[in-house]
Amino acid sequence: MIEVEHISKIYRNDHVETVALADVSFRIERGEFVAVMGPSGSGKSTLMHILGCLDTPTAGTYVLDGKEVGRLTDDEQALIRNKKIGFVFQSYNLLPRLTALRNVMLPMSYGGIPKAERIKRAKELLDRLGLGDRLGHKPSQLSGGQQQRVAIARALAMNPPVILADEPTGNLATAQGERIMAIFRELNNQGHTIVMITHEQHIAAYAERIIYIRDGRIAADDGNHAPRGAGDGKGGDDGPD
Amino acid sequence: MEIMLREGPATERVATMDLIESVLTALEALMLNKMRTALASLGIVIGIGAVIALVSLGQSSQKAVEMQIQSLGSNLLTVMPGSPMTRGVRGAAGAATSLTYEDAQAIETSGQVTSVASVSAELSQRAQVVAGRNNTNTQVLGTTPAYAEVRKLSLTSGRYISQPDVDSMARVAVVGPEVVSVLFGEGADPVGQTLRINGIALRIIGVTASKGGSGFMNQDDIVFVPLTTAQKLLFGLNHVTSISVAAKSQDVMEQARTEVGYLLLSRHKLTDPAQADFNIMSQEDVLGAASQVTGTFTALLAGIAMISLLVGGIGIMNIMLVTVVERTREIGLRKSLGARKKDIIAQFLIESSILTGVGGILGIAAGISTAFVTSKFMNLPFSVSLWVVLLSIGVSCGVGMIFGLYPAKKAADLSPIEALRFE
Repeated sequence: MIEVEHISKIYRNDHVETVALADVSFRIERGEFVAVMGPSGSGKSTLMHILGCLDTPTAGTYVLDGKEVGRLTDDEQALIRNKKIGFVFQSYNLLPRLTALRNVMLPMSYGGIPKAERIKRAKELLDRLGLGDRLGHKPSQLSGGQQQRVAIARALAMNPPVILADEPTGNLATAQGERIMAIFRELNNQGHTIVMITHEQHIAAYAERIIYIRDGRIAADDGNHAPRGAGDGKGGDDGPD
Repeated sequence: MEIMLREGPATERVATMDLIESVLTALEALMLNKMRTALASLGIVIGIGAVIALVSLGQSSQKAVEMQIQSLGSNLLTVMPGSPMTRGVRGAAGAATSLTYEDAQAIETSGQVTSVASVSAELSQRAQVVAGRNNTNTQVLGTTPAYAEVRKLSLTSGRYISQPDVDSMARVAVVGPEVVSVLFGEGADPVGQTLRINGIALRIIGVTASKGGSGFMNQDDIVFVPLTTAQKLLFGLNHVTSISVAAKSQDVMEQARTEVGYLLLSRHKLTDPAQADFNIMSQEDVLGAASQVTGTFTALLAGIAMISLLVGGIGIMNIMLVTVVERTREIGLRKSLGARKKDIIAQFLIESSILTGVGGILGIAAGISTAFVTSKFMNLPFSVSLWVVLLSIGVSCGVGMIFGLYPAKKAADLSPIEALRFE
């Protein structure tokens, strides 16, 4: 599913070179639930951006679903972001002037899905996430946990195989955070591959595998020993729904 | 899992959001800051309004000039003296004294000239006209009876100059309505009263109907006297300043021009038409020259108005650049959700086009009403041509596209991570 080989990312700023990632390699199979941990400045966000096709590595290859991302055009990368990846951000990143329903419809409009279908799917998703009575609310009228659930519904709009979450509970109270994590758990059970950045141990504990990053390198990866590691084939044939 | 991954190459995607939805989205974005939207559009409203108003007014005055010239008669030829050659120095056109009343009579009576209906000789001078305590400086025109016919003059009171008046050098005058209002008061009937020109008392025998017009074309601010009276009594001149020739119909205009030309050449003992000491002009010639002048004027006005439209366009670009910066995060988010460059460009281009499009429509309304009010005020015929309106719509949308393109491109080129980090 996700194959990262010897990738590095170097930012050049005038005469200063900052190494954000140095020679990182790993594989994530379909249906895995991976937490990426590390102190701030460790490069975990950079890794997330590369996995999300928002950024390209300076060196190395990133193969997503058999396609080498670095070789794709801008539009092809946009297509991958649209169809294969669902993003969940720490600060939700909902468009404040749109209702919950229309926020969820947004990726589908870029995905060329007819309007009637978009509305139907967005309603279903919000309903599933317990927001069936909040369709017409704007983000400012929703609590943090509700906003994050809208964001998850939006991430699921195109039914992507991979969900990338960047500190999804970082702005939430414990109870709200646990509810969000329960949703991720559930999505993982349905077959979605989940990669989540966090620095909280108890949040990382929801994952089956934890990759520790420090100074741009993998410091530890328990994935090789995880029971649901490579070749497990969990949910291999039944797509996430 | 595989089932969910049905996908095609990027080109198969119908990803462009449908237009109506994009327009609604853009309207929502514009409504967020109504004041700014209104001010940005105002530049375009003023620009388009100025173009329409000025071009319409230019066309109105062009039309007014045309109507005035047409009202002189469309089958009319005017013979003017050429420019005099004095020892090799060419003088001003029309200044020569080569035409005489006899020339006019010859055109009327000659057997060679068959296409002419009537001929009138005129001597035009400016003079001070006095009546009682009032006086005015106006055009004094010595004419023959045929003038009323040739120039389609009609009278509101009294009669026009007759042939006996011309033959007897009668001390009579026919006055235009504007002269009446200046010398005798608005609406007065001065028939029977006297006025004095160069010390000679003339009895008023008629008042002409208003023909409209203003400035050098004013046909109401005029005093008509018998040609002989003007020549001998008032000014002491022997020549005429023009001869008006009415052709029998518009179809024989060219024939009349040729016949009159050859007759005058032979009367003036000239063999080479290039040496002619007179010019024959039709109303079309005059019309062409006048139209050219007003046309140039209209183009100049349109050019000035275009500058204000350009300034409006720069205002739009400025606002769109601010909008792009403000919505950097939104752009990053949209990109992360799968928006391609062209989706982002389309979004911002639609916004700027709406700004200029709405501004354009309001500008058209403002321009048309300004032109309407001004033309009423200036007593001009009101006209708005469709092509100006269509062109304005096109230009305003074009301005939106051109001045919106750079900000839109800037938005599309934002790196998604930089945009998402932006606070």
